[in-house]
Amino acid sequence: MSYTVRKFDAVVVGAGGAGLRAAIQLSEAGLKTAVLTKVFPTRSHTVAAQGGVAASLGNSEEDNWHWHMYDTVKGSDWLGDQDAIEFMCRQANQAVVELEHYGMPFDRIDNGKIYQRPFGGHMSNFGEKPVRRSCAAADRTGHAMLHALYQRNVKVGTEFFVEWQALDLVRDAEGDVLGVTAMDMETGEVVVFHSKATIFATGGAGRVYYSSTNAFINTGDGLGMAARAGIPLEDMEFWQFHPTGVAGAGVLITEGVRGEGGILRNADGERFMERYAPNAKDLASRDVVSRSMLTEINEGRGAGPYKDYVYLDLTHLDPDVILKRLPSIHEIGIQFAGVDCLKEYLPVVPTCHYQMGGIPTNRFGQVIVPQGEDKAVPVPGFYAAGECACASVHGANRLGTNSLLDLLVFGKSAGEMAVDQIQGSAKVHKPLPTESIERTMARLDRLNHQKGGSNVHEARLLMQRTMQKHAGVFRFSNLLKEGVTKILEIADAVAHTEIQDKSKVFNTARIEALELDNLIEVAKATMVSAEARKESRGAHVRDDAHDTPETPDGRDDKNWLKHTLWHRDGNRLDYKPVQMKPLTADTIGLKKRTY
Amino acid sequence: MDTERRARIDRLKWHCRRALLELDLLFQRFWQRHGDSLDPQDEPVLARLLEMEDHDLWAVLNGTGRVNDHELMAMADRIRAA
Repeated sequence: MSYTVRKFDAVVVGAGGAGLRAAIQLSEAGLKTAVLTKVFPTRSHTVAAQGGVAASLGNSEEDNWHWHMYDTVKGSDWLGDQDAIEFMCRQANQAVVELEHYGMPFDRIDNGKIYQRPFGGHMSNFGEKPVRRSCAAADRTGHAMLHALYQRNVKVGTEFFVEWQALDLVRDAEGDVLGVTAMDMETGEVVVFHSKATIFATGGAGRVYYSSTNAFINTGDGLGMAARAGIPLEDMEFWQFHPTGVAGAGVLITEGVRGEGGILRNADGERFMERYAPNAKDLASRDVVSRSMLTEINEGRGAGPYKDYVYLDLTHLDPDVILKRLPSIHEIGIQFAGVDCLKEYLPVVPTCHYQMGGIPTNRFGQVIVPQGEDKAVPVPGFYAAGECACASVHGANRLGTNSLLDLLVFGKSAGEMAVDQIQGSAKVHKPLPTESIERTMARLDRLNHQKGGSNVHEARLLMQRTMQKHAGVFRFSNLLKEGVTKILEIADAVAHTEIQDKSKVFNTARIEALELDNLIEVAKATMVSAEARKESRGAHVRDDAHDTPETPDGRDDKNWLKHTLWHRDGNRLDYKPVQMKPLTADTIGLKKRTY
Repeated sequence: MDTERRARIDRLKWHCRRALLELDLLFQRFWQRHGDSLDPQDEPVLARLLEMEDHDLWAVLNGTGRVNDHELMAMADRIRAA
């Protein structure tokens, strides 16, 4: 196979919120900027975000960034870096105002200011009571945001390459990143985008789990590319799960269903939440409900042929109430579970929703790697932002509405830093390293000529089921150990995938095989990192991490207040300290996370 | 199937990759059911449907929304029924 080379000042991979925000910064500075994206920008997964973007504007009641910062650190179960969190919370108001100036149609209050709604975990006065902090555009905040950012990019002359699959980072012998290789889906042509700065904003990798709320495009492409280029992945054991996704489909069933009286039952029809949370029962917090469901499944009381889900029962409710207050739930049941929820139980399972870990960055969006004693050395020319990155502001658990804020703040930050780099030291393109590009071409060649290899669909399904069972919402030592062995076996199969269709034009079989190459790196990183972390913290909950005075809720700060770094080379783990010192504020000291 | 048509179908399949999981799942089932048997005259109708914004498309496909275009509504019904 052959390739051509195109030169840009900067290349951004991914056109969701983070990529679009970064590109604005670059193009406004007059830099020649390319944005590569698998799908049209306004079809990126940012569209699915409904809740809003957090900012302590204080439009409806008193609020300030110190309170927002406290909530974020507490939400992260103290794994978030307090310098990055302070930076994000202080930048939030400006980020929202900028977005408003780009034309974002935020909801308003009577005095014309942006409407703000309360959201889980966001409190006033250091955890005292809920505060209105989320700025929203009805229930289409992500969608409106993408349109505003895309239009701004069009105005400032960003060049879009739509329906291009990024393949690999181009990295030279000195470790500098010099661009990315990518394939035009329409022609199969491979192009090296030679750049002075490369920004990854490729989104999450939720498709690594069998049950996921993520769209099919969320295949961790940036994480796979980074891992193959020798960049470690940070805190990949931390995944946020939602308790009620439709089993086998992942489609989210809102908590409102249980609020209206929906009851969780096991295969025997027992209302099992009465045993786990005698007071709150089915309305206990997300993590408690998820853990209880998993315990039922793991103890053999799950339903279905694989005994791998439980039921959500709405049959005792007035059908008129369901159809009036929860109109889409009836249709979701029919479409995705084949069940009429007015008459039958809905099969549900805790479902992967958001990835807290990712490509390690600092608050400037620079990708950082360990070098000797220094655990945070920037990789020249490489930046990351949004769900694919780990700044780390979400730590072990993300607060709702902080994800849209994350991509705005760190998208801009990465763009700004790249502009500084390009206008400062990187005035010319470094020569392209042919070895790095040849490795990518060899990978494509292998896929094109593989005979007797493994089936992409089967290997992906096996990976997803293994992740769901062995590194799900509630984790068990023996399952994690087995999971490491299994996922490494599956990785061998993924290295030998075979496709029958060798055509060049919109060859979805090839794209899916390339996506699986990325997902498997995420799976390995998650399983190995989760097996090693012998405590419970935030979204990583182990049954063998006990609640003691020294380890409240199983959290072991003495031994595990540190970030995981997974290296693809040898499946090696490394750790680095959590940044407990904010930029200007006082450190938010460790304490038990209670709400 | 000739190469040109194959390319058109593959392009449509890729355009069924959406921002919302609900849509991905419905289109996945649609292609599994109809696959290569999609009538050539249905292709431009499906292409027009795929130009809709994701939230609007989901509303049409889950029955809570409508578009004033009988061809698009008929295609939406086929996707729902797949």
